[in-house]
Amino acid sequence: MMLVTVAVLTRSRNLFAVVVLSSVYSFLMATVLVALDAVDVAMTEAAVGAGVSTVLLLGALHLCRTEEAKHAQAPWLPLAMAVVTGGVLVYGTYGLPAFSDPQAPIHQHVAARYLNDGPKETGVPNVVTAVLASYRGYDTLGETIVVFTAGIGVVALLRRRRQRSEGDR
Amino acid sequence: MKDDVVLRVVAKLLVPFILLFALYVQFHGDFGPGGGFQAGVIIAAAVIFYAIIFGLPTARSVVPDWLVEAMVAAGVLLYLGVGLAGILLGGNYLDYFVLGATPVAGQHRGIFWVEAGVAVTVSGVMLKTFYMFAARARDK
Repeated sequence: MMLVTVAVLTRSRNLFAVVVLSSVYSFLMATVLVALDAVDVAMTEAAVGAGVSTVLLLGALHLCRTEEAKHAQAPWLPLAMAVVTGGVLVYGTYGLPAFSDPQAPIHQHVAARYLNDGPKETGVPNVVTAVLASYRGYDTLGETIVVFTAGIGVVALLRRRRQRSEGDR
Repeated sequence: MKDDVVLRVVAKLLVPFILLFALYVQFHGDFGPGGGFQAGVIIAAAVIFYAIIFGLPTARSVVPDWLVEAMVAAGVLLYLGVGLAGILLGGNYLDYFVLGATPVAGQHRGIFWVEAGVAVTVSGVMLKTFYMFAARARDK
């Protein structure tokens, strides 16, 4: 189903259809993440990918034309780049340990300590929350600051643009 | 979409439950899936939903611009403040063990406030971005 969505997505020239289809893709991705037992990520994907970003893209679409402009020439170079990068990434997956292999290095390092001692040390049954907010508190602080910076970036850009256009009038 | 009775009634019914669900996701994040980021996005989505149905000016009067801008900064400050509280109580930066009577209680308190900070900032940023885009569309 995701393959069909992506195929239609690339063929479609109507940007409204593209936005709606990418929302559909996000929902399918969220379903895949639930199947992989990553409920926290699935929730984020459904809320951000399918919900908020769709609304923001539609808002942006309101400001411009709904038909994609035709390319000046056939985009062979980007296509070649994408195929090569994708091929290298697929080749790289052969070097990874098998899915859910308990002997994989990532399960031998700190994950075991998080899973065994996490509930005792933090008293929080959800290990994801314990790792996110406690063991990796600095990372989450950094993420929050990234979100904050992105927000004030949007504010700074759009607000200045509006004032300038008022000055032009 | 202001004139559609069905949409208005459904929106009025749904928005409180969306907000309640956001709070559930926020405070139940310790036990089930969820946490600050998801709750913040859900709060923002509820307000955006309200703005789509009832119009941007109505939403802006309910959740004014200054509040959204304050939320953007307040969340980060809250997070940083938790870290500083750890120092003031004799621990390291972002050290939760010293925040409560017992280490586990301290962890609970630290995670709670940190997640609250994340939720406030995330919902503030999402709402602010939406307001900026929607206001540009209306100016045209």
